Order: sequence, then structure tokens, then C-alpha cells
Amino acid sequence: MERTYLPILLLVGFVVTNAVAIILISHLTLRPRPTAEKQTPYESGMPVLGDARERFSVKFYMVAVLFIIFDIETVFMIPWGAHFRQLSCGTDLVAGVCPTGQLSLFGLWEMLVFIAILLVGFIYVWKKGALQWD
Amino acid sequence: MLPEALFFSAVLFVIGVVGVLTRRNAIIVFMCVELMLNAVNLTFVAFAQVYGVAGQIFVFFVMTVAAAEAAVGLAIIIALYRHRQTVNLSNINLLKG
Amino acid sequence: MPIFDLSHPADLTAALFPDLLLMGGAMVLLLWAVWRRESAAHQRTIGLASIWLCVATLGAVLYMLFHQGHVTDGPIAADSFRFMVDVIVLLGTIAALALGIDDNDRMGTTTAETHVLMLLASSGMMLMAAARDLMIVFLGIELMSVSIYALAGLNRRSVRGAEGALKYFLLGAFSTAILLYGIALVYGATGTTGLYEIHQRVVELQLGSSPLLLIGMALLLVGFGFKVSSVPFHMWAPDVYDGSPNPVTAYMAATVKTAAFAAFLRVWLEAFNAEIGTWHRAVAMLAIATMVVGNTIGLLQRNVKRMLAYSSIAHAGFLLVAVAAGSMQGASAMLFYLLAYTLATFGAFAVIVVLSRGDAPVTTEDLSGLWTERPWLAVAMAVYMLALLGFPVFGGIGFFAKWYVLKAALQAEEPQIALAVTLVLTTVVSAGYYLYVIMVMFMRPRPANSEAVTPTPGWTRFVMVATAAAILILGIFPDQTVRYVVRGTPRLGAYVPPVKTAPARQAALTH
Repeated sequence: MERTYLPILLLVGFVVTNAVAIILISHLTLRPRPTAEKQTPYESGMPVLGDARERFSVKFYMVAVLFIIFDIETVFMIPWGAHFRQLSCGTDLVAGVCPTGQLSLFGLWEMLVFIAILLVGFIYVWKKGALQWD
Repeated sequence: MLPEALFFSAVLFVIGVVGVLTRRNAIIVFMCVELMLNAVNLTFVAFAQVYGVAGQIFVFFVMTVAAAEAAVGLAIIIALYRHRQTVNLSNINLLKG
Repeated sequence: MPIFDLSHPADLTAALFPDLLLMGGAMVLLLWAVWRRESAAHQRTIGLASIWLCVATLGAVLYMLFHQGHVTDGPIAADSFRFMVDVIVLLGTIAALALGIDDNDRMGTTTAETHVLMLLASSGMMLMAAARDLMIVFLGIELMSVSIYALAGLNRRSVRGAEGALKYFLLGAFSTAILLYGIALVYGATGTTGLYEIHQRVVELQLGSSPLLLIGMALLLVGFGFKVSSVPFHMWAPDVYDGSPNPVTAYMAATVKTAAFAAFLRVWLEAFNAEIGTWHRAVAMLAIATMVVGNTIGLLQRNVKRMLAYSSIAHAGFLLVAVAAGSMQGASAMLFYLLAYTLATFGAFAVIVVLSRGDAPVTTEDLSGLWTERPWLAVAMAVYMLALLGFPVFGGIGFFAKWYVLKAALQAEEPQIALAVTLVLTTVVSAGYYLYVIMVMFMRPRPANSEAVTPTPGWTRFVMVATAAAILILGIFPDQTVRYVVRGTPRLGAYVPPVKTAPARQAALTH
């Protein structure tokens, strides 16, 4: 158990020492001679275009929220997919396969109902114009 | 493993509760509530190791419901921001008594 | 008589038919609502369709109430308690929709989705009434809460509305998280989320003093305390009630409380029945604090909506007395009380809808001398106030509601003298503000500069007449009503074995 985590620990240790070392070395070897040019955000001399904290259009927010809602629903589809065989059998599984003639569409219907409900939400959002960018 | 997980989730939950009770920024308060929900999820997953899959199913429901709640909650916060230009709860004081 | 074996999906679906009808109907109405352009006429059409959907669901619920068959143990209940709660919830929803149509017109709101949100919230409440599994309790609460967060912030032009919605949302989400942590710990202590199975494990494994279970129960109590707005978890209620649109406030005060108490009582009596010695004292303390604080602060209010908010907190205290009785009798007393309280609250808010102007709060000033200008409005308001007070004869069933709660408290296994005394004393205190409203309406002159009261819109008139008539008529024949409500006690701990144990379930049990 502990052995399996050893490589990760080594990696973490390496990353931390490396980062600390780089900062320390540059800090120790630095001889600061600030000029006006050097104080600008881009030392290459590119002029700054504007403030980074500008206001975003509320449309981005709309898309993000809708994405969260519809995206999180896939969480139900993964266990459903993993157990689809069990759901499609009228009886218990025998060696991973249905006994003959025991197939049912239960699992399929369940997911179709679930998707239909999502679809209602999607149609609502579409009709409401929330997906319209302009 | 179980006691550690329970202890960690309890600590996480308490951090969330303290955050909700002390912070004045609506968004941060809401994030603390999400922290509490994640502490709950951790507890469920820890117990699911002992009791079987029901706890994990609960986590799925908590996650989806939290997403729906977040969508509605952020919309409410934005609606208020448009009126008051602030999300500071100390300034939100029209209703009193 | 139907036989429902809840381990079969088809039977489970059939047992949930009224809930599914409401949810499915709400989704169809959602699409219909968005299909046409927003207009006042369309909003009224959707509102009317929503009312008809509720009536159809009410029909299904009543059918199932009177045709109960053999139902096995499962994640949902199909007992009279569930269907009686459904009836109260649906009556409240119909009233809220009716008021909503008129209030939307008054405020110039043309979004038809408001009615659909209310339907979805109601389907969540019906799920809460049915739940016999903490997972379903949680899903029901959230379906209800998320819809109501949106409803509370419905009026986008109102700052007060947005503030109320934010407070409701933050405290609602906070209380949900606490409730969930309680559920997680109870699950950790017992290894199950089924209410009856929790009871079984607690008895079998003698978990009475398990710290996990006790902390879990305490957190559940706090979570439900927030949901039913009991003191000291009540701070949000007055602000939220004040800021929300009138029909939504009435809906939150009456119908949400009904559903929250239904889930509260079922969880407490079915899952923690063996632990009654542990939680009883805590619930009794909450009840006393809620009755005292709600009624005394109610005396100070001049804003009628805030006054009704404190009155609703006080009523939560009276209802907690019924829960604290911990008996079947307490459960049926609670149902009867909820019916009376729902009728009176919606009536009172119908009057507020008539008196409201724009976004400004209605104060007792606006009620002054109402008798001289609109006698029938004043008489109706007086009936609702007397019903909330529990006044004999003129208060109709309000009196009997309090009487049955009192009786349940005194006839509990361990008579609740302290609770009964507090109930009577705080009721006397509450007369201070209920009778003040009546005094103001009938004895004060109308202020000279007051505007004329607008004529009562049709749906509001319908709600007022229906609730006032129901309060008075049911007050004449309380025995007949009680006969049906007494059917509505939850099957406390009664275990009905599955007709034929499904293999999956067996596997889960042996696992």
C-alpha cells in the first residue's frame, strides 16, 4: 500500500525542491537595477492594451451556467452504462450474460425517460433564446 | 481509512460552517456552502466503503442538485448585484425588523 | 384493491402516479409557456391550465386515498398520511396559482413560467410527503427549494424581492447542507437510508447511544428546524416573507410548511421512533421557544406581511407540539391543524393582494377603517384572523385545530403539560395582534388621505370566498373532517413484507 504511493511522493518532493531552488537561486544572484522599461508588465517593450479586469458580457455567464446544468447530468449515465447488462435482464445475470429469452428493455426505457426530461429543459432553453449569441 | 476520512470531512464541514457564519461576501458564503456539501459527499463515500453502493448513489444526487442550486443561486446573486452594485451582505439591509 | 409491490419498477411508478402526473404536466406546461410570446393573456392561460392540472392531480390523489390496497415496504409510502398531505398541498397550490394570476396582472409580470415553477415545487412537496427514504426526502426538499428560490426572486424589478431571494437562498442552501450531513451520519451509524430500516437497525443493534446517530439526529433536527422556521432558526422567515411576491409568500408560509412538517414528522416517527426519549426533550424545547418568540415579536409588527410571518413562526411552534406528542393522535392533529392554517393563511394573503400597491408593504394603517369602505373584505379578514387565533365559532376550524393539538399533547403517553400550558398562554398573547387587526378594521376611521381600495379581482375573490366558507363550514362539522384526517396517520413502524422478494433486494440484504 505505502509502496504504491512512493513514486508520487518522490515526484512531489522533486517538484517542491526544484521550485524552491529556482526561486532561491534567482533571488540570491539577483542584482536589481530597475529602469522604467523593466517595470512594465511586458519587459519586451510591448505596450499594455488595457486593464485585465474588464467586464464580461452576461452571455458568457449564461452559457457557463447552462453548461454546468447539462454537463453534470452525464454523471448518471456512467453508472447506467456500467450496469446496462444487469438492467436489460429480466432475471439475475448468469456468468455475465442473460439467460435465454430474458432480455428486457427496462434499462433503455429508463434512460430514454431521463433524456426526455433533459430534452424538455433543452427545448425550453432554446425557445427562450438563451442559446442565441446575438 | 474510515476514521481519517470522517475526521477530514468533519473538519471540511466545520470550515464551511464557520465561513458561512463569518464571511460577508455572498459569493464566498455560497462557496462555503458548496464546501459543506463536498464534506458531506466525502462522508458518504467513506461510509460507502463499509455499507455498499447506496452512499455513492447519494453522492451523485448531491452533486447534481448542488449544480442546479448553484445555477439558481448565482442568478439570484447577479440579479441583486444589478440593483445594488455589491454582493456584500452587510450592505443588504432593506428588509429589517 | 390494488397490490403494490414496490420492489417492482412498474408498481413503484403506479404508486407514484399523482406525483408523476403533476411533474409530467408541469413539463408540458413549461413547453407551452415558452412556445408563445410573453403576454398577460398567455400568463393567465397557463395559470388556468396549471389550476386544472392541480385539480386533476387532486382527483388522482383522492382516488388513491379511497382505494388503498396492500403496499409493501419500500422507498415511498402509499398511506393515508401521504395522500392527506397531498390534498392540503394541492389545495394550497391551487390557491397560490389563483392569487398568482391576479398578482402577476397587478405587478405587470407576464412570465408564464411562474405558474410552472409553482407546480414543480408542489411536486417536490408531494415527494416529501411520500418519502420513506432519506434520499427521497432530500430530493423532494431540493426540488421544492430550488423552485422556490427562483419564485422568491420572481419580481426582477424589486430590490426588496432580490434581497429576500438571496437571504432565502443562502440560508436554504446552508440548512440543506446541515440536513445532508445529518443524513450522512445517520447512514454511517445504521448503514441504510430507508426510514423503517433505520428504525430496525437502531433496535436490533442497540444504537441508542451511538454518537454518530445522535449527532446525525441533532443535525437533522437543525436542518428541519430551518425548513419549518422554528426558533432559533427562524431569522430568515420575516425578511424573506416581506420581500417575496404576495402569492409566493402565502405559498411559503402555508404549503412549504405543510410539506416540511410532513417529512419532519415521518422521519421522526418512523425512523427514530425507538429514540423518542432522546429527541423528545429537544423538540419540546424548540416548540416552547418558537411559540413564545413568534407570538411576542408578532405583537410589535405594523407591517401586515411581517406580522403574518411571525404568526407563521408561532404556528410552527404549535405544530411542533403535535410532533412532540410523538403519537398517531399527534400526527392527525398536525394534519388537521395544517389544513386549517393553510385555509386561513391563503385567505389573509388574498386580502393583502387586494390592498397591495406596487412594491410597498401593507401596514395596519392601510387596514384602518376598511369596514366603512369594503365591509365584506373586512369581514373576510376578520374570519381569517379569528381562525389563525383559534377563536371558537367565528374562527371556524381554527378553534378545533388548536383543540386537537392540545388534546394530542395531553393524551400522549407522557402528558405534555408544559407544552399545553405554553400553547394556551401564547395563544392568549397572539390575540394581541390578531384582534388588533380586527380592531383597526372595524373601529378606526379611514385615514382621510387614503386611496380607494381597488376592486377585488376575480381569482382573488374566488380564493377569499372559498377559504372563508371552508373555514366556517368545516368549523360547524369538524367531526366529519376529523374522521378523514384520522385516517391520515403514518404507519408508524408497521412493516409490510414484500409480496415476493426481488432477487436484487435479497442480494443487497445478504451482501
